[in-house]
Amino acid sequence: MIGTAQNELKDRLLTFRHGVHPEEFKELSNHQRIERMPFVEEYILPLLQHIGAPSKPLVHKGQRVRRGDMVAEPGSFVSVALHTPVDGTVTDVGLYGHPNGQMLPAIRIKADPFSTQQLDQPPQRQPEELSKAEFIAAIQQAGIVGLGGAAFPAHVKFNIPEDKPCRHLMLNGCECEPFLTCDHRVMVEYAEELIDGTRILQRFVQAEKVSIAIEANKPDAVIALREASSRAGFPMEVVPLKVKYPQGAEKMMISAILGEEVPAGKLPIDVGVLVSNVGTIVALSQYFRQSQPLVERVITVTGTAVRRPANVLVPLGTPMRDLVEFCGGVTEAATRILLGGPMMGIVQKSLDTPVVKGTSGILVLTEREVQDIDTFSCIRCGRCLEACPLFLNPARLGLLARKGLWDDMEDYNALDCFECGSCSYVCPSGIPLVQSIKIGKAMIRERK
Amino acid sequence: MIAEIFMAVGILAGLGLLFAIVLAVAYKKLRVEEDPRIDEVEEMLPHANCGACGEPGCRVFAEKVVANEVKISKCTVSSQAAIERIAAYLGVEAGKEEKRVARLLCAGGRKEAHSLAEYAGTLRTCRGEAVVAGGPKACAWGCLGLGDCVDVCDFDALYLNDDGLPTVIPDKCTACGDCVEICPKNLFELMPESRKLIVQCKSLLEGSLAESKCSVACTACGRCVADAPEGLIEIRSNLAVVNYELNHLSSPEATLRCPTNAIVWVEGQQFEKRPTVWLPLGRVEKYTEDI
Repeated sequence: MIGTAQNELKDRLLTFRHGVHPEEFKELSNHQRIERMPFVEEYILPLLQHIGAPSKPLVHKGQRVRRGDMVAEPGSFVSVALHTPVDGTVTDVGLYGHPNGQMLPAIRIKADPFSTQQLDQPPQRQPEELSKAEFIAAIQQAGIVGLGGAAFPAHVKFNIPEDKPCRHLMLNGCECEPFLTCDHRVMVEYAEELIDGTRILQRFVQAEKVSIAIEANKPDAVIALREASSRAGFPMEVVPLKVKYPQGAEKMMISAILGEEVPAGKLPIDVGVLVSNVGTIVALSQYFRQSQPLVERVITVTGTAVRRPANVLVPLGTPMRDLVEFCGGVTEAATRILLGGPMMGIVQKSLDTPVVKGTSGILVLTEREVQDIDTFSCIRCGRCLEACPLFLNPARLGLLARKGLWDDMEDYNALDCFECGSCSYVCPSGIPLVQSIKIGKAMIRERK
Repeated sequence: MIAEIFMAVGILAGLGLLFAIVLAVAYKKLRVEEDPRIDEVEEMLPHANCGACGEPGCRVFAEKVVANEVKISKCTVSSQAAIERIAAYLGVEAGKEEKRVARLLCAGGRKEAHSLAEYAGTLRTCRGEAVVAGGPKACAWGCLGLGDCVDVCDFDALYLNDDGLPTVIPDKCTACGDCVEICPKNLFELMPESRKLIVQCKSLLEGSLAESKCSVACTACGRCVADAPEGLIEIRSNLAVVNYELNHLSSPEATLRCPTNAIVWVEGQQFEKRPTVWLPLGRVEKYTEDI
């Protein structure tokens, strides 16, 4: 069965122009079934786990909370609620280490020894009965954010302006980052919920067409979703895409499937497309059918230095140390820990930070993969220009950033860069291009 | 042959004359009347174009000075003598502006602040370090010590001392604010020189937790608050904050009992007089008797 799917996929695969193809390393964990992580003693829930304003805490020290209780409310429209994944007692509301390297306000919860991961609330809200405003408010109260990595509040994205109709609802199951397999496993194991969540969302955004994009290295996911959609009688086009990085960036995906370009500074909805990660859609279904707010997510713990690479359903707020321990710990060769994939992930300096809504993977690498190469001068080979999916000029931008010419960087459209890292990946001189551009972008934003 | 030479010379001379007339007419007709003193004043300014005065450059500042919109003393780069010369030239008052200098609100150098990791990136700048998990230091607020501020300073007013801390030379600092802008941790503050009581810490952690990350962190113990005149210092989000409106009341007394030397009395340059006896790291109350 899988063999025929692979043959079919070879015929003609859609993709975007430019990009790179790093070694995949997906075989470490792509056949591991999703395991449920048992509760640990302590949970740290940062109030800022999404893009936008931090949530406002609703609990105080010493308060008892039950799994699924809202512990923080949205701080503004672009903000979501936060729920506790565990029964327990709030022991502190204070500053704790955040995966982004800062110390930010967080709620610390000590878990009850015998709390259960079963939810006892029956389904309450049938999405079909809700109006659009109620639907948007419900998603915000459920704390649902985009689970692809950026953690943009889902209700803001789904709140489509009246004058911009959504023609095409596109689900993102590309997972183009090497090593990561969480979306892959979600598509295979949660196919029913995925179809159900898509049906709910499609009804609200009135999309004329629904399709799901999957990179061709996940033939089992393609088959699982085709079967599930025909079983459920829900017409959904499953589009295999060529294996290329950054295929999962929404603008690249739209260009691959529709051949249309999203103009610089515009959103996909400006060309009538709504893109959403598959995990987000599953969270949507779980909220409406099982009354479960976003309290857990699937995370890939992988890398050559992890003893037992796995896909784990983790309660949010679990300290990374416990999660890595659950996966057998790390070998002695471990030299670097990344949150996310190797291309865009953030380096961690300690394992004491918690898992947040935007965490898609924990990657522990050995010396062999993280070898630092020396930096040489730019030899004007132009490989970064051929790799940049946005057709920017990374060599020029990197040079301007190192010279501190921030205004010139803006003229060269530095702010369009979404930091995929393809330029640094291909540079034969080892120039830290994307890193310099990141700095430039931060400087341009600060000076405004 | 001769005729052709004469014709060529004649055409060129004619064209030259024509353009000369156009230029002469344009000079007369399109002339913008400008106060000649602006040029003179600009000439007397230091040509640093640093922006410390708040104007985009020396030319605009000169225009405003001549129009008597700003005082000449706003130019912090000029020496006192130069300012007086411009004032005398324009026949206006020089004005009095208190000298401001940039102060680094962190004293956690290599010896004091702990590091959790080693930065292996090839981009050896503070900004580069800050994008990877906020830099290797255990303290999320602390100075990264790679000297982006030293590189950006046009006046050589900063150097990295042997502890890895950028040190401002007050005599050279013009308070232009370039270091304030470049610092990824926002650790610089432009302060009038009269502010001598300075809290050299930005960590919002409390007590032993703060001290476990850096031996010169403010632990919010509140001793400086008790020792200072009432209202001068208060603890705000686990950090001692000096109310500079009451600056005239400040004295070195408030710094004497600080267990970590987070609050200091600065005369001139920062990080100059370090206590000679170093207290053990993670020191708590019980050690005080021994020392």
